[in-house]
Amino acid sequence: MNSPTPPSVARGAWRIAVLGNPNSGKSTLFNALTGLSQKVGNYPGVTVERKAGIAVTAEGPLELIDLPGTYSLAAHSPDEMVAVDLLLGNVTGERRPDAILAVVDASNLERNLYLVAQLIETGLPVVIALNMIDVARARGIRIDLALLATRIGTPVVATRADRGEGLAELRAALAERARAPQPARPQIVYDEPAAFRAGLAALERDVAPAWSSAIGRPLHRVELMRALIDVGGHAERRLLSALPATATALAAARAQEAGAVPLSALEAQSRYRFLRQLTTGCIERPTTPPTNWTDRLDAVLTHRLFGSLFFAAAMVLLFQSIFTWATPVMDAVEALFAAIGGQLAQRLPPGALTSLLIDGVIGGVGGVVVFLPQILMLFLFLGVLEDCGYMARAAFLMDRLMTRVGLSGKSFIPMLSGFACAVPAVMAARVIEDRRDRLATILVTPLMTCSARLPVYAILIAGFIPPHRVLGNFIGLPALTLLALYVLGVVTAMACALLFKRTLLRGPPPPFVLELPSYKWPSPRALALRLLDRAKAFLTRAGTVILAMSLVVWAAAWFPRSAELEQRFAAERAPMEAALAAADDSSRAPLELGLAHIDAAHDAAQLEQSVLGRLGHALEPAFAPLGWDWRLTVAAIASFPAREIIVSTLGTVFSLGGDVDEESSDLRAQLQAAKRSDGTPLFDVAVALSVMVFFALCCQCGATVATIRRETQSWGWAWFTFGYMTVLAWIGAFATFQVARWLA
Amino acid sequence: MTTLDQLRPGARGRVAKVNAAGPTAQRLAEMGLVEGTLIRLVRIAPLGDPLEIELHGYFLSLRKADARGVELSDA
Repeated sequence: MNSPTPPSVARGAWRIAVLGNPNSGKSTLFNALTGLSQKVGNYPGVTVERKAGIAVTAEGPLELIDLPGTYSLAAHSPDEMVAVDLLLGNVTGERRPDAILAVVDASNLERNLYLVAQLIETGLPVVIALNMIDVARARGIRIDLALLATRIGTPVVATRADRGEGLAELRAALAERARAPQPARPQIVYDEPAAFRAGLAALERDVAPAWSSAIGRPLHRVELMRALIDVGGHAERRLLSALPATATALAAARAQEAGAVPLSALEAQSRYRFLRQLTTGCIERPTTPPTNWTDRLDAVLTHRLFGSLFFAAAMVLLFQSIFTWATPVMDAVEALFAAIGGQLAQRLPPGALTSLLIDGVIGGVGGVVVFLPQILMLFLFLGVLEDCGYMARAAFLMDRLMTRVGLSGKSFIPMLSGFACAVPAVMAARVIEDRRDRLATILVTPLMTCSARLPVYAILIAGFIPPHRVLGNFIGLPALTLLALYVLGVVTAMACALLFKRTLLRGPPPPFVLELPSYKWPSPRALALRLLDRAKAFLTRAGTVILAMSLVVWAAAWFPRSAELEQRFAAERAPMEAALAAADDSSRAPLELGLAHIDAAHDAAQLEQSVLGRLGHALEPAFAPLGWDWRLTVAAIASFPAREIIVSTLGTVFSLGGDVDEESSDLRAQLQAAKRSDGTPLFDVAVALSVMVFFALCCQCGATVATIRRETQSWGWAWFTFGYMTVLAWIGAFATFQVARWLA
Repeated sequence: MTTLDQLRPGARGRVAKVNAAGPTAQRLAEMGLVEGTLIRLVRIAPLGDPLEIELHGYFLSLRKADARGVELSDA
């Protein structure tokens, strides 16, 4: 026996596309076959993840490409488009696969084979993995594998991906097919409806040559068939956008021998008839089905009362896990970055380079990396809910509510995740197939009150909202303010969703056809791999985009450096430094404090005449109607990379030095004492509320903007989100300030 | 003629005709909601919509508005 070739992306490795319905265990099988050799990327121009890995077989390495789960090749979503294009070899820079691994849920054979029937028509060799065979057996379903394989004319291997059963056999079957390519030859012939043959003939005669030369390559029969059948589908859109004049010819082809039934329904009918013939005699189902645990669980989990209770409990647990359980780890990360900064500050001479390193690089990146524990916690929680099958139930429960604002139940989970952090929440919107709904969800998710807003709220509420008890002594005014800010976020998000769905993203109500998969235990391995993936993606972003943005803000706050100010403050320091050198231990503390105050005043003076400070002065008139002065303006601008940066910027501008946090009573006292140039107090309840409302509604988060750019593949939508939220924030803060002033 | 949205939870029927077009109708057909399929209405969501049905041995959720176009005959 040959020893397996070590994994390498060999140039000549056979390439296998892995396809299957959602919930067929496809990802688990792909993970089991490829292990840690996976590479995740994106297909050019679309937000579809490209996952590839190497499976080692006795015949040599196989390159496996995991395609997004799909029910059919009738492409309506970007995911489905990529699957079809890759199979037909239409993706630039991607070689056409040599064979297809079709992953099929054995407990749900007929519907899963629907896709297989379409795959066979691509002409590529197909190997079927009859996955989740244990679930089928538990339900008393018996499948005659040999007969099924003979009938379909392809190898069929029973697998249980979560336990690794059947993998050796599957690898062998794949290597065998790749070595001796042989398209599937079903014993029973699929009886293609006459209207298809006639329509296809008309297309081939009238428009196919023109289409083909317009897009610069020959058209596959499957592509023509999809253009014929799928009204408004991807194939039609592509061909008609290349040659708009051919719309009438396409319509004429569709009308060939057309009956009362639409072509798409005709396809489904004839395919299911074919599949019934194919599987008759291969599958044996028990006359009295055993207890269906999924059905039993759903009776509770989607129950009017118990279902709602469970849902509420799950959400409380989610928030608890994000706010409380992630805190120790976050504190540790924060402490680590602070320690690194502190060590560097001690060892390096003061100056621009040190400030760049400590305030720009470590401060900027540290301020973002600190969210990694929360993000991983959120993804772990959502991943468990997703993999066990509960997510589909949450969508089922909430769909009715979400339709009121023009979205569907599928938008609920991303928006909910937004309470933790908009970055993973925007990424979670991938489950929404419809482009418009996905965009609408992405655009409004950053309005949900994320955890980065809490530090801002915490310091301003503690400083300026009187701790009266209201509503019959039931709740304190500070808590009520916080609640009101959360409600403001949700209500605004819903209103904006409705507005976008009525204007920019106008379209029919989003469809809601959702499989409620069987409940199952999540695979720890798959979860771990996904978390690893997310962590990598997040850290890459923190190391690139966010780092760059932090550096820009740092530079704007540092340059130009006034030598005159340096000298003046150095002169102020000199006597105190001399006294400190002579002082004994007991009198050192007040002197050190005095020095720190001089340095802080120096920082504040330098900041005022820096680019950022000048920008603050220049923009002050725009923010004056909100009750802000130039310092608040600066703090808001500097917080662009991340909202919570406002706390440290406020510390700098109100001359305390950058090292403050929301617990800092000194900063609170400084803010309370801050005066305008005319000597009146800067802050009162109205100004504090105005700042908080601004931060509730604005999109001051570089990570979110970068994520939206990544997810929508467009800087346009990213800046649109930033723009509309900033306008909203300004209007909201203006209204709040004016109303609060008027009331007071 | 009964339509799918009129079924009570637990009741069964066989699809006689599907009066719908467009992507949602196509998706429903691909998911196995075609003439001759035996289906059971499992439950209705607490807020009155959508519905959950069982067909081909699995569970599917769809809205009442889409179910209205599915005509049933007795199982």
